[in-house]
Amino acid sequence: MASDAENLLLKTGRFFRRVPANDDPRTLYLVGGREGDAFYRDRWSHDKVVRSTHGVNCTGSCSWKVYVKDGIITWETQQTDYPSVGPDRPEYEPRGCPRGAAFSWYTYSPTRVRYPYARGVLVEMYRQARRGGLDPVAAWAEITTDPERRRRYQSARGKGGLVRIGWPEATEMIAAAHVHTIKTYGPDRVAGFSPIPAMSIVSHAVGSRFVSLIGGTMLSFYDWYADLPVASPQVFGDQTDVPESADWWDAAYLVLWGANVPVTRTPDAHYMAEARYRGQKVVVVSPDYSDAAKFADEWLAIRPGTDGALAMAMGHVLLKEFFVDRQVPYFTGYVKRFTDLPFLVRLRERDGVHVPDKFLTAADLGDTGEGAEWKTVLMGPDGEPAVPNGSLGFRWTDSGKGRWNLRLEVDPLLTLYGGRSAAVDLPRFDGGAGAVRRGVPVRQVGEHLVTTVFDLMLAQYGVARDGLPGTWPSGYDDPAEPYTPAWQEPITSVPAGRAVRIAREMAETAAKTEGRFMIVLGAGTTQWFHGDTIYRAFLSLLLLTGCQGVNGGGWAHYVGQEKCRPLAGWAQLAGGLDWSRPPRQTPGTPYWYLHTDQWRYDRFDAGELCSPLGPGEFNGLHTADLVARAVRSGWMPMAPAFDRNPLELGEAEDPVEFTRRELREGRLRFAAEDPDDPRNWPRVLTVWRSNLLGSSAKGNEYFLHHLLGAGSNLPRPDPDAPQGKLDLLLSLDFRMTSTTLFSDIVLPAATWYEKHDLSTTDMHPFVHAFNPAIDPPWETRTDFDAFHAIAARFSELAAEHLGVRRDVVVVTPQHDTPGETAQPGGREPDGPVVPDLAVVERDYGAVAGRMATLGPLAEKLGLPVKGVVFRPDAEVEWLGLRNGLARDGGGRGRPLLDTEAKACEAVLALSGVSNGRLALQGFAQLAERTGTDLSELAHGGHRIVFSDTQARPVHVASSPEWSGKEAHNRRYSPFTINVENGKPWHTLTGRMHFFLDHDWMHEYGEALPVYRPPLDIAALFGEDGQVQGGIVVRYLTPHSKWSIHSEYQDNLIMLSLSRGGPTVWMSVEDASAIGVADNDWVEAVNRNGVVVARAIVSHRMPAGTVYVYHAQDRVVDVPLSERTGRRGGIHNSLTRVLIKPTHMIGAYGQLSFAFNYLGPTGNQRDEITVIRRRSQEVRYQ
Amino acid sequence: MTRVMAHIAMVMNLDKCIGCHTCSVTCKQAWTNRSGMEYVWFNNVETRPGLGYPRRYQDQEKWKGGWELDRKGRLTLKSGGRLRRLLSIFANPIMPSIHDYYEPWTYDYENLTSAPLSADTPVAPPRSLISNEPMAVRWSANWDDDLGGGPALASRDPVVERIGDRVRLDFENAFMFYLPRICEHCINPACVAACPSGAMYKRSEDGIVLVDQDRCRGWRMCVTGCPYKKVYFNHKTGKAEKCTFCYPRVEVGLPTVCSETCVGRLRYLGVILYDADRVTEAASVPDDRDLYEAQLSLFLDPRDPEVAEAAARSGIPDDWMAAARRSPIHDLIMKYRIALPLHPEYRTMPMVWYVPPLSPVVDALAGSGHDGEDAGNLFGAIETLRIPVEYLAELFTAGDPAPVTASLRRLAAMRAHMRRINLGEEPDPSIGARAGLTRDDIDGMYRLLALARYDERY
Repeated sequence: MASDAENLLLKTGRFFRRVPANDDPRTLYLVGGREGDAFYRDRWSHDKVVRSTHGVNCTGSCSWKVYVKDGIITWETQQTDYPSVGPDRPEYEPRGCPRGAAFSWYTYSPTRVRYPYARGVLVEMYRQARRGGLDPVAAWAEITTDPERRRRYQSARGKGGLVRIGWPEATEMIAAAHVHTIKTYGPDRVAGFSPIPAMSIVSHAVGSRFVSLIGGTMLSFYDWYADLPVASPQVFGDQTDVPESADWWDAAYLVLWGANVPVTRTPDAHYMAEARYRGQKVVVVSPDYSDAAKFADEWLAIRPGTDGALAMAMGHVLLKEFFVDRQVPYFTGYVKRFTDLPFLVRLRERDGVHVPDKFLTAADLGDTGEGAEWKTVLMGPDGEPAVPNGSLGFRWTDSGKGRWNLRLEVDPLLTLYGGRSAAVDLPRFDGGAGAVRRGVPVRQVGEHLVTTVFDLMLAQYGVARDGLPGTWPSGYDDPAEPYTPAWQEPITSVPAGRAVRIAREMAETAAKTEGRFMIVLGAGTTQWFHGDTIYRAFLSLLLLTGCQGVNGGGWAHYVGQEKCRPLAGWAQLAGGLDWSRPPRQTPGTPYWYLHTDQWRYDRFDAGELCSPLGPGEFNGLHTADLVARAVRSGWMPMAPAFDRNPLELGEAEDPVEFTRRELREGRLRFAAEDPDDPRNWPRVLTVWRSNLLGSSAKGNEYFLHHLLGAGSNLPRPDPDAPQGKLDLLLSLDFRMTSTTLFSDIVLPAATWYEKHDLSTTDMHPFVHAFNPAIDPPWETRTDFDAFHAIAARFSELAAEHLGVRRDVVVVTPQHDTPGETAQPGGREPDGPVVPDLAVVERDYGAVAGRMATLGPLAEKLGLPVKGVVFRPDAEVEWLGLRNGLARDGGGRGRPLLDTEAKACEAVLALSGVSNGRLALQGFAQLAERTGTDLSELAHGGHRIVFSDTQARPVHVASSPEWSGKEAHNRRYSPFTINVENGKPWHTLTGRMHFFLDHDWMHEYGEALPVYRPPLDIAALFGEDGQVQGGIVVRYLTPHSKWSIHSEYQDNLIMLSLSRGGPTVWMSVEDASAIGVADNDWVEAVNRNGVVVARAIVSHRMPAGTVYVYHAQDRVVDVPLSERTGRRGGIHNSLTRVLIKPTHMIGAYGQLSFAFNYLGPTGNQRDEITVIRRRSQEVRYQ
Repeated sequence: MTRVMAHIAMVMNLDKCIGCHTCSVTCKQAWTNRSGMEYVWFNNVETRPGLGYPRRYQDQEKWKGGWELDRKGRLTLKSGGRLRRLLSIFANPIMPSIHDYYEPWTYDYENLTSAPLSADTPVAPPRSLISNEPMAVRWSANWDDDLGGGPALASRDPVVERIGDRVRLDFENAFMFYLPRICEHCINPACVAACPSGAMYKRSEDGIVLVDQDRCRGWRMCVTGCPYKKVYFNHKTGKAEKCTFCYPRVEVGLPTVCSETCVGRLRYLGVILYDADRVTEAASVPDDRDLYEAQLSLFLDPRDPEVAEAAARSGIPDDWMAAARRSPIHDLIMKYRIALPLHPEYRTMPMVWYVPPLSPVVDALAGSGHDGEDAGNLFGAIETLRIPVEYLAELFTAGDPAPVTASLRRLAAMRAHMRRINLGEEPDPSIGARAGLTRDDIDGMYRLLALARYDERY
């Protein structure tokens, strides 16, 4: 004890306070006298707690408690009342993350957009024109068509000078711009961009509904974000369908491959942490020692972008050890029934040997019946070809009714081994484009020499069998031949022995557990130019081991919150399908590629990336030529469609015939053929729920320079390209971003705590509500109210200027419609295809009234979804009773959708997941088509209404909208309906595809899974690699711990917990090579732009690669660049769009267009940059 | 007979911590987002290795926090006897400055909307919340996040300094883990002892350590006294503030904010009983490495009838006894012995304990075909994990590796046992036995750590 003197002191005085004596004088125990504690009690008190969530693109869809005191939002904590997912597994509570926890900071923050703003110079000119007696539309026309005035406001974009205006003036200008554009250039020159419906379904739908009803085009986002794994449509014929995170628990072997779950799936990561306690083994494949690596049993430090090589080598091991050396009955049975491995492929002669060509079809066997070209063929045990049920030829034909199923009447041969063989040439790309010669067993079927997909796979993967011709690896340790473990080692830097061992563990676990091996995939492997080939190599591992469609198994791709569970209802509202069809929808990536003039900066020949064994059709072409060809071939829509106003085409007596004739006779041209012609420019763009220019705009500086005319950090802008195409950039947001800074008009949006809406995700099976904790403050409005205000003013002006018009809309053959059988054989058409056209009548004066009501086509034509059609007659009636009927206006007599809550109600009523009556209808149609009883899948009594979702997150039910089963006693895993009920996948063969036989797949050498390395950017763009005072590094933009895209990266709490501004993570080696210490300012420069940031130096980073975490906007702590003297750019200032042509294939089975289902991805990970230390004196002005 | 006291304590399972900082943010939002407290995080999360918050707070040679034994073996505050501190009350030199925490800042966000038409895009540069002047950001509340140390900082981590070359800072050997920290609500709190105003106290009913805001005179002796640096000075009110264990919530049966909002689901709250009369004795054991066992020896088994009787005499209500009997804290600390105290060598008898983290095996072993998860390799593997046992031992057991290794082995044994079941194989009782666990123990641990149900965590 302390000294006696001290004890005496304590006992007599306790310094300055008298308390009851305590035996132990060191510690003061108190029972009473705690008035001082009142402060914290008072702070904890609040008036109400409101359930809401965050409409942010994170896939979290977490339900939150928002605390309100004295009418002020104070803070938020997570709800913990999710329905149970079972007594034997962890629950979903308490979903959330630090970003969500910091959201309420925005409500009253100084970055809040409180009022409508517009660029001062534009407002001045507009007011002047109005004062001069012009009506709004004429005023807008005058300003935007006068080159001098146009230049004046366009060049001021992004340079401050915003002024407060009122809502009436803002909506008038917006309405005038829309009316003028539709009238002068055409409705398809109007575009809307708003991503990820699931994150706030009604807020998305309302704007999309406006854009669609006026004939504007919505731009896709999933492919544009490079989140769309194109391998999914290619292999599964499905956009993306993945397990909920509670199903990770079911996995016995889990690989996190390019996914950093603790950072990017924060609310779900616990399932991974906890499943380890159930004996799950976790392997992390990541270039850096990531947050996820901490949880791994093993960490494979792979070289960025080479993941496909490792997966191919693992596939080599699987095929050799589990298919050739021995057979595992579970695997063999699975691949025969659920994959295309047993199907026959024709070989084509080329230079004296053979190459794989096309699937053998019933037509090749002489069948001239319905759908014969779409019926693929396999070999029965008797050596006779057989045409099994389930291929596309059974999906849309009358004769196929009852036969679109996976019942196999014969036990197909996987291999034709044992007789004749033939040498085949197969492409390889590991050392530039080349070829390997290997052999396959063959049979002659009629005039066709055929083999199986399985035999081709063995040849492709280099798994030797005795007696086959060609060059084969001598063993696992053969480094020269793809795809051995030793071959991959120098590419990936993963030791061959580990690759072999982990491949064996995967397969052995899958064999023991019948498919409970799962790969969680992330943006680290998706967002490469050849990300689809990387994914196909992964999926092959899962398909071969029978893991897909099994709880605890298969792929788990979580990049982008794509799962809008009440899909049919959302699609109806968002597309305005209840009033007019079809809506205009355009793939985002090629749209931006053309309209931001990034195409002009592609210096390389489109043939450069092709297979040496392909037809060679791309040689001498520019990628933009291929975009135009894809449009001309009817594969992919584009906006604008033609170099003429489609309303003008609609004025002909027979608009369809007239348009076709004009096209045929060359007077009318596809706009994609000359995107820089002012007639073909986009004119009005509205961005909401998004920060396009501060986040997803790959080639950011090209956007600023060419699309906006705002100037840029482009080192060598093309002087021949247009600058300033857009007449109006409009954004709606609650905070200031690059997008609002560059907008002509900014509308102040309500936050997620100030409105009603719905939220869903793929990560959990619930739907839950947004609710207003407070009313929208200042002059803010919900997206719903803002678009209705715009529509009201638009309708007034349009009634006078536009009236009722006929609009000619191109109908692109779509996936999951009979259109997907438009072009048999997967051949590129010889010349332009005269497109299917639809004439849509647009009553422009009635737009506002129609937006606010549910139109008659809902019940008349039904709700199409994934190939079935719901008939919502009872639901329309119910909505009329629930929401009331419109008494006047353009939607008179129809059910009202005039509030967010009513729109939520409509979404839930019109979707199968929330309305069992519709789900039953859909399954009945599927049952008829498949000839299978599916009645166990749905319950007609299941029904979710909006108030249910306000009370608590609610479990959705099975519906044909998705491929897996939903039930309280099992977790969601995709394709369980396919596997358990024998329903075909939505592909050519009806099975999951290893082989893709379209011409353009052969052209690119990707008919089979293949390794394609990251693009050699320096070579493609002719850079010599000579750098002074800097180093060249791989430039990666993985997702950040402190933001969700650009959201929260400006949030003071997040900034206080990190480095407080833009940063670049570097390895110790790279930093020391350029003399950079931790927190030094550096500049990263390449041919696309410049980034100014501070360095974070850590040995957890690999040498040669830097991370600039996505998405660091230019708004916070970004100084002027030393290099250009201008403001540094965003993370995407160094990237740009490169189009992979195979993503544009259309009109061919699963390779058919659908919105956000198939399209070129805005991949950005192949990029490199030079990085240098800069002066440590930074200036902001 | 024993004077029984009840304590509400916390255990955090670091093996599950994803380092997300949700706890920090929800705590900050609820309690300290107000002026004078900008730099204060009652709850923070540190990446280890790293310097922590405030920087190098673990360096008690510098900061003089906690207790030490004097030459006669008696407990005395490391910052000096009370008499000395009383005499130096007006000049407390041993305290972190704002720069040891970080200088809080904001940005000129208004520029973004109000900037006039100019040559370039408006931006919001940083500005100090202390001086209101433009500033360059050089440190933050969590500056070394995810660094795994980093070349410039790791070598200055006081733990790394102690164990020296056992920590290798290269890519191949990279490791890191997260350490969330709140006030330890110590049984033998140095802050309370250091307070000259009698403003700090430990609640007798639940052990929560608080500052009486009416009594605090702002001497800041508590800041010095606390070796965890979890008492903060509100520079606006001039009073000390600290984590309150969310008593306004706990009192009405709600978990603390940091616990309920923990998305890693790694925080446990519960009642644990201890013998108040033996605190001094336990805190005074001569060898630092005996402090963990000494603190364990204070805890009482609520199922023991004698303890129950003594508790009743000490005025502990029945419902508290019931809570103590189903306390996850008691099980994690006493029954499974997988939770360990943070820096017992500070002799404050901390009451926020930690389950140490597993980590991947090092590549050299993985490359050779070594499967650390295989039960046969299990016990060798603990020493080959990337996170050095020595590092964990410096945090949790005053450098004694044995309790850390034992804890990690139990975690690993649970995994190996469950893997066999998961794969449909026969359970192997020897796996648990070698780690000192029965089948029932494993089932109980699994239920608590893996299923971690809401109503069983708190």
